[in-house]
Amino acid sequence: MIKNSWIAAVALAASLLATAGAQAQTTLRMAWYSDGNEGEVLLDLLKRFEAKNPDIKVIVDQMPFKAISETLPVQLASGQGPDMARVTDLGGVARYTLDLRPLVQDPAYWEKNFGPFLEWMRPEGDKTSIPGFMTQLTITGPFVNKTLFEQAGVAMPGPKASWDDWAKAAKAVAGKVQAPFPIAMDRSGHRFFGPAISEGAKIFDASGEPDLIDDGFKVMAKKVYDWHASGVMSKELWGSVSGAAYRGANDEFKNAQVVMYMSGSWQIAQFDKTIGNAFDWVAVPNPCGPGGCTGMPGGAGLVAIKTTKDPKAVARVMDYLASEEVLREFYGRSLFVPGHLGLSAQGIDYPGASPLAKAALGVFAGEVKGITPLANKVKTYPYNQLLFNAAISRLGQSISGEISLDEAYKRIDSDAKQQIAERKKK
Amino acid sequence: MPPVATSSASFRDAIVRGLAAPFAALLRAIDWPMRGLQRLIGERHMAYVFLLPNLVFFGVFVFVPLIINVVFSVTGGAALFPSERPYVGAGQYGYLFDCGSYLDPGSCREDHFWRGVANTARFTVFQVIAMVLFSLVTAVVLNMRIRGRGFFRAVYFFPVLLSPVVVALIWKWVLQRDGVLNAGLTALGGQKILFFVDPGWAMFWAVFVSIWAHMGFYTLILLAGLQAIPADLYEAAEMDATPRWRVFWRITLPLLWPNLIVVIVLALIRGVQTFDEVFVLTGGGPGTATLMVVQYIYETAFSNQVQNFGLAAAASVVLGIVLFALTLAQLIASRRRSA
Repeated sequence: MIKNSWIAAVALAASLLATAGAQAQTTLRMAWYSDGNEGEVLLDLLKRFEAKNPDIKVIVDQMPFKAISETLPVQLASGQGPDMARVTDLGGVARYTLDLRPLVQDPAYWEKNFGPFLEWMRPEGDKTSIPGFMTQLTITGPFVNKTLFEQAGVAMPGPKASWDDWAKAAKAVAGKVQAPFPIAMDRSGHRFFGPAISEGAKIFDASGEPDLIDDGFKVMAKKVYDWHASGVMSKELWGSVSGAAYRGANDEFKNAQVVMYMSGSWQIAQFDKTIGNAFDWVAVPNPCGPGGCTGMPGGAGLVAIKTTKDPKAVARVMDYLASEEVLREFYGRSLFVPGHLGLSAQGIDYPGASPLAKAALGVFAGEVKGITPLANKVKTYPYNQLLFNAAISRLGQSISGEISLDEAYKRIDSDAKQQIAERKKK
Repeated sequence: MPPVATSSASFRDAIVRGLAAPFAALLRAIDWPMRGLQRLIGERHMAYVFLLPNLVFFGVFVFVPLIINVVFSVTGGAALFPSERPYVGAGQYGYLFDCGSYLDPGSCREDHFWRGVANTARFTVFQVIAMVLFSLVTAVVLNMRIRGRGFFRAVYFFPVLLSPVVVALIWKWVLQRDGVLNAGLTALGGQKILFFVDPGWAMFWAVFVSIWAHMGFYTLILLAGLQAIPADLYEAAEMDATPRWRVFWRITLPLLWPNLIVVIVLALIRGVQTFDEVFVLTGGGPGTATLMVVQYIYETAFSNQVQNFGLAAAASVVLGIVLFALTLAQLIASRRRSA
């Protein structure tokens, strides 16, 4: 009798342990920001993943972009970061990323479909790691309020038009329809560098070190400066705040106050949702100059963080989210330009997009071909954000009348050099 | 009616007893170890025991971070942990103070810091003068026997209760291109004014919003001072038919002077520390027209991947020294007042 009781007790304990083991769940945290509806799409996809993988729970911390760009790097530096994070400053956080190569099911799939973008995410000198994948490939470029052009009776410049052609046309339209912003450009160095490269800026010297100030850079800087002086651009964006603070003109564009808005492909979902059929908006190719007709490539990547306690579970989530079918749905529903070469070649169907949004996505997809090697090089340069910051901060000061353009050039050069040197101190 | 009063009093007593019971139990529980401790170290040293919790709190949350900040200020690089950061000596301070002329921020290597210093000085001077004047006038008026005095006292104090971010967002909404103020101006046939694009207007509104938000607090201090002035002095002046301006100049102002000193020093300290309201309202712009020292420190350390912790820490130490001097001035003023 006693023996039977012991057997029953051991069996009960074993079954309890087995149940507990089956229910043991790994919890992962993902830091995420959204421009449009991609956060909702992600949650939907993760719900399906969790249903098939009950041993993993992914908590998505949706945070503002400012928190991703300012707070997350400090968190990562202190070793307190999440397990995965969606970031845009890929070079800046590269040193905190986890190499998924030994953990993912098929590293060749990752190489084949994300190859060129993996370089953006790798730490300096690393040629092999797989830190994550692109949730979105972006390219900077202009949006135009076509309805305002039609109302003003002004013809839109053609595909190879220069920035001067667009400035002239936008000023004419704004004058006729009383729009306060003929041209608006996001207050962001990233947005400025595409046009600067198109105007012939070389950015790097012969040895590959940054050397920002040359004739091409000055041509575009002078244009932006003059446009602010002549009213083509309003000081409310570039001249109204200090430092490298970002300012966009999304709301002004949505309210039909902007004729031409230099921003990027990530705005499409938002415009599609908020503008609706209030007016016709179109994306147009990047204006041309002697250096090409380039936008700046960019985008957001989902990267694994090396301080994670569960690298295997992280790799399973990343494998799922980076799989072709899941990404097809993610890009399609979020209206994003795919950062997956296979899907990019096949083309994405955007089932929920309006004809205007589909057309804009087509224009930006076409712009990918026009990205110059120099624009790509700037994107892969690990301290590119410091170059962007120096340019926008000093040009902003110059536009607000605080310093001359020549003084701004000197400061851009010295700021960039000082900050890069500080970053490199070991 | 009396039975109701009795029952409500006993109900109140029951609540008081109910709330007091846990505290009484807690006091009983710590009574015997405290007595034991007192026997052990003596009555004189018990003061240190009572100070200890506060000292620990101060040490962990103020003194240790202060030391870490000083350590950061003599290191460089982008690493977060002091042990991983290279020692650079006074290099960060040297970089901050490398100026052709301290009166011309443009001649400094780190011109943003000096522009921040100049803006903070300008902001503080205008803000303190205006704050003291408006608080004084408001306190004097609120001390008079006017109709709705209680209501106005509450109204003037209300903005103090608001978060600085909320205050700044409200005013931003009022002052922006399509804001309430511009709507009013255009309705009256005027032109829209881009307040945040013009350096003069931006500084004016930064000072104005700060005064609007904090004036209630300083008014309260001055009001307390006014109410402490003996009424018989005014009665004597009235019997002598002294003019009102003379009463104010010869009685009110001298007796209110200690409170005014406190208000001036507190407003000075707050002015030097200004960050949140101005940051949200103007973003430090246009250009760097309203960039304050604290915003410079924040942006140098955390904003846009700059992460120059060493330089930011050095600027913090400089700011800390200025604030220490001002706090010392306040202490001296307070001591003179009590003397």
